[in-house]
Amino acid sequence: MTAPRPFPLNAWYAAAWDSELRHELLPRTIAGAKMVLYRTDNGDAVALQDACWHRLVPLSMGKLIGDDIQCAYHGIRYNAQGRCVFMPSQETINPSAAVRSFPVVERHRFVWVWPGDPALADRALVPDLHWNKDPAWAGDGKTIHAACDYRLIVDNLMDLTHETFIHSSSIGNDAVAEAPFDVTHGDRTTTVTRWMVDIEPPPFWRKQLGKPGNVDRWQIIQFQAPCTVAIDVGVAPTGTGAPKGDRSQGVSMVVINTITPATEKTCHYFWANVRDYRIDEQRVTTEIRDAITRVFGEDERIVEAQQRAIDENPDHVFYNLNIDAGAMWARRQIDAMVEAEAQMKRGVRLAG
Amino acid sequence: MRSDRNWTRAAIAGAREAADGVREILLKPEGGAGSFPSGAHLAIRVIVEGKTDLRYYSLVGEGPVDGCWRIAVKRAEPGRGGSHYMWSLPVGARLEVAEPDTHFELSRQAPDHLLIAGGIGVTPLVGMAARLARSGRKVRMLYAGRSRRAMAYVDELTEVLGDRLEVFAGDEGRRIDLAAEFDRLDPAGEAYVCGPISLLEGARSLWQASGRRPERFVYETFGSSGRFASERFTVHAPRLGVSVAVEAGQSMLDALEAAGVGVVADCRRGECGLCVVDIVSFTGTVDHRDVFFSKAQHAENRKICVCVSRVSGGEITIDASYRSDEPLRSGPEIRRAVPV
Repeated sequence: MTAPRPFPLNAWYAAAWDSELRHELLPRTIAGAKMVLYRTDNGDAVALQDACWHRLVPLSMGKLIGDDIQCAYHGIRYNAQGRCVFMPSQETINPSAAVRSFPVVERHRFVWVWPGDPALADRALVPDLHWNKDPAWAGDGKTIHAACDYRLIVDNLMDLTHETFIHSSSIGNDAVAEAPFDVTHGDRTTTVTRWMVDIEPPPFWRKQLGKPGNVDRWQIIQFQAPCTVAIDVGVAPTGTGAPKGDRSQGVSMVVINTITPATEKTCHYFWANVRDYRIDEQRVTTEIRDAITRVFGEDERIVEAQQRAIDENPDHVFYNLNIDAGAMWARRQIDAMVEAEAQMKRGVRLAG
Repeated sequence: MRSDRNWTRAAIAGAREAADGVREILLKPEGGAGSFPSGAHLAIRVIVEGKTDLRYYSLVGEGPVDGCWRIAVKRAEPGRGGSHYMWSLPVGARLEVAEPDTHFELSRQAPDHLLIAGGIGVTPLVGMAARLARSGRKVRMLYAGRSRRAMAYVDELTEVLGDRLEVFAGDEGRRIDLAAEFDRLDPAGEAYVCGPISLLEGARSLWQASGRRPERFVYETFGSSGRFASERFTVHAPRLGVSVAVEAGQSMLDALEAAGVGVVADCRRGECGLCVVDIVSFTGTVDHRDVFFSKAQHAENRKICVCVSRVSGGEITIDASYRSDEPLRSGPEIRRAVPV
C-alpha cells in the first residue's frame, strides 16, 4: 500500500501574494492540484483547474478574453466559475463542459485557495496572519519555491536551535541553543516558547534595538495546522519586564510563514517579516527583508539537501531529539488532518 | 475531470417505492460511502439481456446516509433494460458502482437559484435544494410531474424548502409559467434544470429569449426521454445496403453498430455530437432527444444524433460517413462523393 499524501486537501493554502495576481494567467500547483489563477477585470481572484475539459491542455497556455479563459488549442472558453461559455463549430454548448473552480479568499496579503471539498471551505479557517496587513505593523516578504517536502520547512521553523549553527552571523548565538523551551499544543496549534534572559544580543538584534547592554530575548513559535507558522520574536533591555509581559522598552517582530505543498516533494514557501517599531521607514523594511532573504537562503540550502538525502534513503526513519518536540506535535496534527480526511472519504464520520 | 473510475462493489442495503413507479435504492459500498459534490451521479454496471452495460443514476440528497448512497430509479416502459434490471434486484444483491462524479455542480457565486425538476429529474436537485437551504442562499424550486402520486421526494423537499417549493402535478391541472418564473429571477441568477427533453428544451429556449447568459442555464440530461414513447422503427442506410429494425428498448446507434455500420460515439446521452449522421429522408416524426443541436437545427431535420434520437410513426433513411478508400484528389481533379 502506498503512503497517504502528506498534506490534507481540506485546508486553505496560500497560492500567491495578492500583488502577484493580476489580470493574466498564473499557473501554480497547490496540494497536488494544477491550478491557473487570475484576477477578473473588477479584481476578484479566480482559481480554476489548469486543464481544458476537452483535451487536458493547460489553460494557463491560453489567454484571457475579458474575464473568460480561452484554451490555446481549440478555443474552448470558460468563465470565471469554470463553466464553458463557447465551443467551436457548434450552435450549442455541451452541458457537461466545465473545469473545476476552487474556492478563493484574499486575506492577510495572500490569495488562499481550498483544493478539497468546496462545501467545507469555511472562510473562518483561513490561518491567522493578521499582522501582515495591520497598520500597527510594517514589513514585507518573498516567496521561495523550494524543492522539498513542505514539512521539512515546518520542522525547521518549529525548532530555532538551528539559528545558532546556520545563522551564526546574524540572529544566532550560543544563547539560543542553550536556553530551555516549553512546548504546548491544542488540537490544531502547537506552541514552542523560548526565553533567553539577560543575554548578549546577536548582531542583528543589537542593531534593531539600538541600545547597549544585555537583553531578554523571546521566540514564541506558533504552528497552525497544516502549514502555517507565525513566530513572535523580539528583544528588550534586560530587567525591563519583557518576560512578565511589558515589552514597551523592546522591539517585536512577527515572522510570518506559510508553506504551501505543491507536490509531495516541492512547496511554495511564503514568508514575511513585520515589526512594530520604525514602521514608517521603508528603508528598514527593505533592509530587513534583504537580510532575512539571506538567512532563509541558508535554510533552503539545508532542507533541500535534506530532501535529496531522504530520497536516497527512502526507508530511513528519523531519529528525534528533545528539540524536535514542536515539530513532532506539528506533524501529529498534520497526520490527524490527513487521517480525518481519509476517514471521511471512507464514509466514517468522526464524533464531534 | 473525467477519469477511468475506481470501481467498487456495493450491496443493496434497502429499497422502497418512493412514489408510483419510482424505486429508491440504498447502496452500501464496500469501504464506506464517501461524500460527493452537488449534482453527482453514480455509474452502475447493469446486466441487460445477458450483457454488461453502463447506466448513470443521480445521487439523492446532500451526502451519504447511514453509510449508504441513495439513488432512485424510474421504471421505464419500454426502456433500454437498465431500469428493469435495477427493479429486479432484491435487497442484499451486489452491484459494481463507480465513485461519484459530477458535471452538474452548483456554482458558489450566484445570488439566486431556480431549480426546475420534471419527473424523475428531481433526483440530483434534492441535494442541491438541501445544500442551498442549509447555507442560507436564495433558492426557489419548481417540480412538475404527471401526477402527485408519481412524484418522489415531495415531502422531503417541502421539509427543506417550505413555501419555496411549488409542485405542479399534471393531474391537478397546474402548469409552470416558465417565462414568469425567469422574469422574477435575479438578473445574475442561475437555473438548474433536470427533466424530460420537452421541459428542458422549452426552458432553454425561453431562457435564451429572455436574453440571459447561456452558461447560467445549467442542466443535465441522460438522453432517455423524448416527445414520443419509444417504439420500434426501421433505419435504412442505402449506401451500405443496410436496413435494420431498431427495437423499442434499443438505440439507433446500437442497432446500426450491430448491423456493422461504423459510427463513432462518446457520451451516448446526446451531448457531444460525435454520432451525428445525415438524414436522407423519413416518414412519421423525428423525435430529437439530444441537446447537441439547437432548436433550429432540430427543426431542419437534416442531421440526427443516433445515440438517443428516434423516429415515431415511421422510418428513416440515413447516410453514415463511410465512403470507401478513394485516393485523395486535389486541384482540378477535385470532386464530390457521389450522392446516393
